[in-house]
Amino acid sequence: MKAKIIRISALIMSILFVALIPMTVKAEESSYTYIYDYWGDVQDSPDLYTCSKVFTSSDLGLDVKLKNPQSLYIKNEKLYICDSGNNRIIECERTSSTTIEVIRIVDSFTGGDGPTTFSNPTDIAISDEGEFFIADQGNARILKLNSNLEYMFEFTKPNDNTLDKDLVFQPKKLVIDTAGRVYATASGINKGLIKYEADGTFSGFVGATPVTFDWTDYLWKKFATQAQRAQMESFVPTEYDNLYMDQEGFIYVCTGAPEDIDLKKGEADAIRKLNLMGNDILVRNGEWNIIGDLYMGAGGGYDGHSYLTDITVLDNDIYVCLDKNRGRVFGYDDQGNMVFAFAGIGNMDGYFRSPISIEHSGYDLFILDPLDCAITLMMPTEYGALVYQAIDQFDNGMYTESGETWEKVMNVNGNYDLAYIGIGRSLLRQKKYHEAMEYFELKYDDENYSKAYKQYRKEWVEDNIVAIVVIILAIFLIPMTIGKIKAVKQEIDTDSFFTRGY
Amino acid sequence: MFSALRQNPGLQKYCDSLKFALYCMSHPLDGFWDLTHEKRGTYAAANTILLATLIVRIMKLRYTSFIFLQVYWEDLNIFVYLASILLPLALWVVGNWALTTLFDGKGKLGQVYIATCYGLTPYPLVQFFLMIFSNFVTTEEAEFYTVMSALTLIYAAILIITAMGQIHEYSGGKNLLFTVATIFAMLVMVFILMLFFSMISQGVAYFISLGRELLFRI
Repeated sequence: MKAKIIRISALIMSILFVALIPMTVKAEESSYTYIYDYWGDVQDSPDLYTCSKVFTSSDLGLDVKLKNPQSLYIKNEKLYICDSGNNRIIECERTSSTTIEVIRIVDSFTGGDGPTTFSNPTDIAISDEGEFFIADQGNARILKLNSNLEYMFEFTKPNDNTLDKDLVFQPKKLVIDTAGRVYATASGINKGLIKYEADGTFSGFVGATPVTFDWTDYLWKKFATQAQRAQMESFVPTEYDNLYMDQEGFIYVCTGAPEDIDLKKGEADAIRKLNLMGNDILVRNGEWNIIGDLYMGAGGGYDGHSYLTDITVLDNDIYVCLDKNRGRVFGYDDQGNMVFAFAGIGNMDGYFRSPISIEHSGYDLFILDPLDCAITLMMPTEYGALVYQAIDQFDNGMYTESGETWEKVMNVNGNYDLAYIGIGRSLLRQKKYHEAMEYFELKYDDENYSKAYKQYRKEWVEDNIVAIVVIILAIFLIPMTIGKIKAVKQEIDTDSFFTRGY
Repeated sequence: MFSALRQNPGLQKYCDSLKFALYCMSHPLDGFWDLTHEKRGTYAAANTILLATLIVRIMKLRYTSFIFLQVYWEDLNIFVYLASILLPLALWVVGNWALTTLFDGKGKLGQVYIATCYGLTPYPLVQFFLMIFSNFVTTEEAEFYTVMSALTLIYAAILIITAMGQIHEYSGGKNLLFTVATIFAMLVMVFILMLFFSMISQGVAYFISLGRELLFRI
């Protein structure tokens, strides 16, 4: 009897226990590669890229280990690493798809008035003639060296009245265009990109970010005292974190840290594409803003919003952004649709701790992580190659083939919105409007759907014009005739001629 | 048998009162006066109009073109969706009656309900055809749909407000004043409901934590 009571009470207790324990929230293990769908839901995806190799100092055969490397640069299968902590630049060559060999280590040059060594070089660019442009941050200059490492001249602090006299010039990142002009960013200069002419003279600032502020903040400032105002954030343009010049000469810049307020309002533009005038011409037709991860929740080693720190533009106009804060890589197409997102924070191959620089060679991506002191080589998988092939085919006007390739992509990944829209666009070009409409409707692409529907409607009306005319005529004529007949009948019925005899 | 059905006075009354909704739509002042004073309106017809409104609202989810309405089916709760009409309606009817009955309103609770439902008539009538129409337009012509859709709602709102004025025998100014007051009363009721629910959930949470505490001690 007693045993039974104990057993029953134990049962009740356990039921109560189960019922009362708060549901433990399990973070859903998402796949390595993912994508945001129309609704902003994370959709797992097959990998577009896999980690082929991670190059550490010992893999490269370096005697002195890499120390806080800041930048990567690739030109003609040659890879340049700015080993900022060791004040040197390492020139490597890609000998096969997964091997890199060090050719030479550049740590000094000849000529010039100042020091002939570098101090914290943060970025490098190479011209077609093989000239070196090096952002020598510690020495407050951008060096231009010829291919034999002889000093040519240097770009110094911009001669501009609006700049603080005491500000030490600290160039951070730079790009060069085909004419040898230099666009650079520097610490503490937020007026946009610093533009130098090919002869080394400063010619102005390009493309400052528009200043955004909250009107409540503005109101507060009006009533604040001088001391309070000094404590508040000032409304200044944000500095650019990094820049990249694509093959057409447009400069992609990233403002890694959009203001939270902009993120909330959906006005954040972490990535901008500047034309020569410095205007932002980035196409933002995607369903979601180009801000990296849409969700900024903390947990599992992640905290805060994506910090897009570097960008590289592939030859097919897909731009790949590197997220320092969440260790991810995001790819967007020229319309602003997300093509892929992958990786994360971690110590495994293919994960990063605080990546800082990304470069591409063909479709291969090189990602530099200064904490790991390692370069990760990501190469497209079969699936990734298929996606790129479909995009390239469409860009080259091979619409039918592009549709077939997207079909293959869809067979691998049925959750890929771009595949459906790609098939739809291919069908649209082939004048198969009705089929195209179905694909667009599936993925809520109203613009393309409308294009297809407009044509379909036109065709339909043209095909059925006879029937339409007949029906419209019938609608008007039949009631009219019926009325007429009734009137005649009425006349006959009431006519005195027929009723006379009765 | 059919003719017997037609002779049925109950059915005839129902059909007449339903048809009268159309008259109210086109002649609101006259129509809503007769609705209660001449007893032209019935509960059955009012319920039918409300039901039609609900059905059209649900049908719109599925049959409106995705250009205008994208439905996230995973998150859709059909009852909550229906409550988005029913709850404001209930609050409006109760709030309006509770206020006007204190200020010489002649309408009874039931009459407020009937008149409000009659006022909803344009919604099922117009939205149904708009829903079909939406499938034949492109994004460039989308304005037609959005403007028409907005007009329906404005039309229905005007009808309801006039209806209230007529059944309570209010002048225009007083009617508008009480419309605003009713909206305020609705907000007060929502506030009290929320207060009530949060107090209940606090109470429940207290006993749950008490039970949990017991479990930890034993």
